[in-house]
Amino acid sequence: MHFRFAQTAIDTGPARLELLDSGAGGYVSFEGWVRNHNEGHEVTRLEYEAFQELAVKEGERIVAEALRRFPVKRAVCIHRVGTLTVSEMAVWVGVSSAHRGEAFEACRFIIDEVKHRVPIWKKEHYRNGDSGWVNCERCAAAPSVAHDHPSHHFEPAVSTTHK
Amino acid sequence: MQLKIQYYALMREQAGRSEESLDTSAATPADLYRELTARYGFTLAREQLKVAVNSEFSDWSRRLTAGDAVVFIPPVAGG
Repeated sequence: MHFRFAQTAIDTGPARLELLDSGAGGYVSFEGWVRNHNEGHEVTRLEYEAFQELAVKEGERIVAEALRRFPVKRAVCIHRVGTLTVSEMAVWVGVSSAHRGEAFEACRFIIDEVKHRVPIWKKEHYRNGDSGWVNCERCAAAPSVAHDHPSHHFEPAVSTTHK
Repeated sequence: MQLKIQYYALMREQAGRSEESLDTSAATPADLYRELTARYGFTLAREQLKVAVNSEFSDWSRRLTAGDAVVFIPPVAGG
């Protein structure tokens, strides 16, 4: 499986070995980490939840698209679910290829598409005791804005919790 | 008609359950969302959601049939 979920800490060692290919000259990886702040709030932990049956299908489609669009060898993406504390790894993407340029591009493509398309949600818990579902709570408060920009909520830029 | 509904994230909290079997006359996912919003007070507008039927993305106007499994998908936030 090229896209899967991890219930416990992501082990990148074995995942990296899945990328080995005699024609590859290297690999690029991206790790998403839980950041201690988001939009002025001090974040203490995150809860990730997924509709796993559909998420795995959509994740596999994204990896397959990356392999079609870019001349890379192999690609794998692993996403955490459950409760994560600051600095824990939320997502890992690895791509091997003959040359580095396309590996960087394919890796970027996969993480961007995963953030936009895969049914995964995160709830942030803040130092002050509040909590909220990212991309949902403020949208709920201002649905009229959302109607004008239907794709806004699947944009990763504003509310993500790591870079 | 009996349908199976699963709830995730904010909608799970607002519905107070993660799944249920529902006897409904809703013909489409759009009808169903209207019915469930009246019951649970979902705060997300339908335009903010996607919907899946039997674990695949679906149109809101698809004709539902008995036994279908429906999942409303709030704005996602993976990564």
